[in-house]
Amino acid sequence: MRYEAPLTTPEAVELLASAKGRVHVLAGGTDLIVRMKGGFIEPDVVVDIKRIKDMHVIRKSAAGISIGAATSCGAMGKHSVLKKAWPGVVEAANLIGSDQVQGRCTMAGNLCNASPAADSVPALIAAGAQVLIVGPRGERRLPVEKLATGPGKTSLKKGELVTAIELPPRKVRSADAYLRFTPRTEMDIAVVSAAVNLTIDRKNVITDARVALGAVAIKAIRVPAAEKALIGNTLNEETLAAVAKACSAACKPIDDKRGTVEYRTRVAGVLAKRAAQAAWTRAGGKA
Amino acid sequence: MTADTKFTGQTFKSVGTRPLRPDGIDKVTGRARYGADIDLPGQLVGSILRSPHPHAAIRAINTSKAEALQGVKAVITAADLPDLTNGNKELFDILDNCMARTHVYYDGHAVAAVAAVDAVTARKALKLIKVDYEILPHVTDVDEAVAPGAPVLHKKCFTQGVEPKPKKPSNIARRSEFGHGDVDAGFAKADVIIERTFRTEQTHQGYIEPHACVASISPDGSGELWVCTQGHFVFRQHCAELLGMDVSKLRVTPTEIGGGFGGKTHVWAEPVALALSRKANRPVKLVMSRDEVFRASGPTSATSIDIRIGVTKKGRITAGDATLRYTSGPYVGMWAELGAMTSFACYDMKHVRTVGLEVLVNRPKTTAYRAPSAPMAAFAVESVIDELAGRIGMDPVDLRIRNAAKKGTRSSYGPVYGPIGIGPTLKAAKEHPHMSAPLGENQGRGMACGFWFNFGGQTCTDLNIAPDGTVSLTVGTIDVGGARASLALVAAEELGIPYDQVRTVVGDTSTLGYNDMTDGSRGTFSSSMATIMSARNAISILKERAAKMWDIPVEKVIWEDGCAKAVGKKHGNLAPLSLAEIAEAAPNTGGPIAGHNELVADGAGVSFATHICDVEVDPETGRTQVVRYTVIQDAGKAVHPTYVEGQYQGGAAQGIGWALNEEYVYGDDGRLQNAGFLDYRIPVCSDLPMIDTQILEIPNPNHPYGIRGVGETSIVPPLAAIGNAVSNAFGVRMTHVPMSAPRILAALDEAQAAASEDVETA
Repeated sequence: MRYEAPLTTPEAVELLASAKGRVHVLAGGTDLIVRMKGGFIEPDVVVDIKRIKDMHVIRKSAAGISIGAATSCGAMGKHSVLKKAWPGVVEAANLIGSDQVQGRCTMAGNLCNASPAADSVPALIAAGAQVLIVGPRGERRLPVEKLATGPGKTSLKKGELVTAIELPPRKVRSADAYLRFTPRTEMDIAVVSAAVNLTIDRKNVITDARVALGAVAIKAIRVPAAEKALIGNTLNEETLAAVAKACSAACKPIDDKRGTVEYRTRVAGVLAKRAAQAAWTRAGGKA
Repeated sequence: MTADTKFTGQTFKSVGTRPLRPDGIDKVTGRARYGADIDLPGQLVGSILRSPHPHAAIRAINTSKAEALQGVKAVITAADLPDLTNGNKELFDILDNCMARTHVYYDGHAVAAVAAVDAVTARKALKLIKVDYEILPHVTDVDEAVAPGAPVLHKKCFTQGVEPKPKKPSNIARRSEFGHGDVDAGFAKADVIIERTFRTEQTHQGYIEPHACVASISPDGSGELWVCTQGHFVFRQHCAELLGMDVSKLRVTPTEIGGGFGGKTHVWAEPVALALSRKANRPVKLVMSRDEVFRASGPTSATSIDIRIGVTKKGRITAGDATLRYTSGPYVGMWAELGAMTSFACYDMKHVRTVGLEVLVNRPKTTAYRAPSAPMAAFAVESVIDELAGRIGMDPVDLRIRNAAKKGTRSSYGPVYGPIGIGPTLKAAKEHPHMSAPLGENQGRGMACGFWFNFGGQTCTDLNIAPDGTVSLTVGTIDVGGARASLALVAAEELGIPYDQVRTVVGDTSTLGYNDMTDGSRGTFSSSMATIMSARNAISILKERAAKMWDIPVEKVIWEDGCAKAVGKKHGNLAPLSLAEIAEAAPNTGGPIAGHNELVADGAGVSFATHICDVEVDPETGRTQVVRYTVIQDAGKAVHPTYVEGQYQGGAAQGIGWALNEEYVYGDDGRLQNAGFLDYRIPVCSDLPMIDTQILEIPNPNHPYGIRGVGETSIVPPLAAIGNAVSNAFGVRMTHVPMSAPRILAALDEAQAAASEDVETA
């Protein structure tokens, strides 16, 4: 196996584009190295992006907040501007693994690993995030929900890598929240998860909302019906019940060792309802 | 057992204090050597090829390509571990489990192994071994295995313990029965009878350190093995027998142990490592991966238990009847038998019967897990007792107190009890502030009792006085929970010297006579008994030496406060001689001073515990969190109370994991789905509350200091205590462990449906 640790993005792209055989990008390595050690994959080339300085930067601008692809989730949790603007995204990223894993793991890795149960992905979808992709033909941007195409599969082309995740500018009276169900309190993987991002007006009416679910389909999904149930309404029992119902209806989960179809479908609704409540309270919503 | 091991009621200076453990610094700084930390010159890496099928006949194994790979030094199959067991069925099962012969019986069963210059080469070599399997039908579920038409694992398996011998083979390998009285007559006297079936899923001990060893066999036929084990003498015995070696020519050195809980009482990969070393003529290190640990070592039984208990309106249990089906993997075990013995051990019963059925399934060979088999039986019995209390309107603690076994009770498994702790732990529970603390919303409280036999066994120790008067204590029982500290306290107590002047080490198999392994909570109980006797033997020599130094009769010398003192009118004014002074003079008074002892530590006092637990259940997701937990247990005498508390807490923590989340999940293909800590969920710190402990000390009459084993009983009550707490929170009787969120949610639904039906009929 060949290990490369380029210092610039163009070098990384060149390595990825020219490498032969099985090529993997290494960011935190909390998925990749575990899979290598378990004998599930045997890469020919590993390109480590951690030495590329830009990849560690969290930058705020008029266009929103950009998070470098090698930024650890632990570092996100210490970034007060990011936490204030996107508490749901940060709490999702901070739920991954343990304290030790937090020091290494990245959201870009979480996205590119393309697990249907990835914690940060529903929160990023709800946030309306985009990924910045650099490849041999230059840059392109893609909504996060279009990156994963199925379990372990992404739409990245040969030579391409994600260099940053971009969160849109924040409107006032907006907030997000992410909740997951795991049997354990930590060091676990979502059986089902829900993220809600919403904006409310002065009269506590929801003017904008995005809802996403994890671990209930082959990839994280947006739930337009739940968004519709929120927008134009205030957050009362009726709204919450409609959100839960829409979310459960959108589920297409599988039975596996982590959960059943029935359980995932039902609890998706429960979590979406609770996430909506949490986002609403954070946005300053009052009953 | 000799009369001088009787309890005398002495007062203590060292025993009962809480000094730091001698192995602590090395463990927290990483200096401690565990199984995988041993390295020898020229060492190879061993790796095992495992069956992906739950049940298959092995038609052929072709190893030629693997042997031809550069860097491969040995490839072995069952042919390299020939059957030398000479009709010993138990030993044959161990052999067959270490390396499959004609059939593989579970996903993970070893079929071949390689030794190579590095791990990459070893992995490559495994892929080059071709095994031709004839796949056979399999069964992994306990109830399915005993159902008519189930695939039978062994065509020659006719249930033992049944007269006349059954005509057809089945997966029920053995039947055992315990009890006394006439259960039908007992049930006839009952006002309320409850009958239920319970199920518990298979769990793993979950030790953090995987099995690891380094084996080295010399061309002269002698060998050495460094291994993490709970019993190096037992490992030596089994490995020597399986490899056809003289027992004394195999020296086994135990390393530090990163958890065992019963799982390291059994050889898994060690005979394979030795066979590889013998063939390669090089040392071989073999370390199991976590996946291998789960698939191919030591889980406990999955069970299915039918329970029937009758009680009068006034709260007297009239009869108890239980049929217990325990999986033992593909080989017969004694797991259902232990469940049958422990089921009703807490209670004084006139009419009781328990039947244990050992069930063969296509799962890894069951081995001991902390108080093996007792937690599942207690789950069933203690759940029904709680329910009965509710039905007759009696407090569940009072119902148990009313029926608790006591001194003189004939136990359900046969023996008559001496002084025991079940009554006192129940009384302490009743008076504990936890019992009356207020509960929050969606919370419930439960309690349950537990029993474990405890074991004594063969033990020996050496106590050597160094030239400076400090003491080296060598024991043959593995330290799994602070025993070195406890045994140093015992030696210090007996010799009358400070704790820090005693260093305890665990000797290798060439240093001491045979010791049984650390199981049955016997480590501190039995080795402390031998340590006391060793110290007393050393003291008698020390007194002789002092007499010699003073030139007075030895009868005029006593041992007190770490010194020889002359007594009597004639010699009483002599200044005492310290241990250091006598040791210093030893070269001129007869040479080195030591005390030895070899004994069978009979009279291990039975152990009882009562646990109290509060849970909070999320009614929308079924998620359950234990919010408060109290362990009350009899220790006989707590030698080092901190480590006794550690045992209480550790057992409770494992029980909580078992009760709520841990289980082996098999697919329809008979393969284990969750062979790793991500999906086999042992609790992490944040899953647990601080576990409160209360140590009771009801002296064991058969030990000089009154010590009882404390290691295992604490895992017995948690399944039932948590089951009762969930039941009390929502009025739902939980009958299936683990009580995972989906199972709890389903139970809540059923209860709601039943409640609304009741309303409709009303």
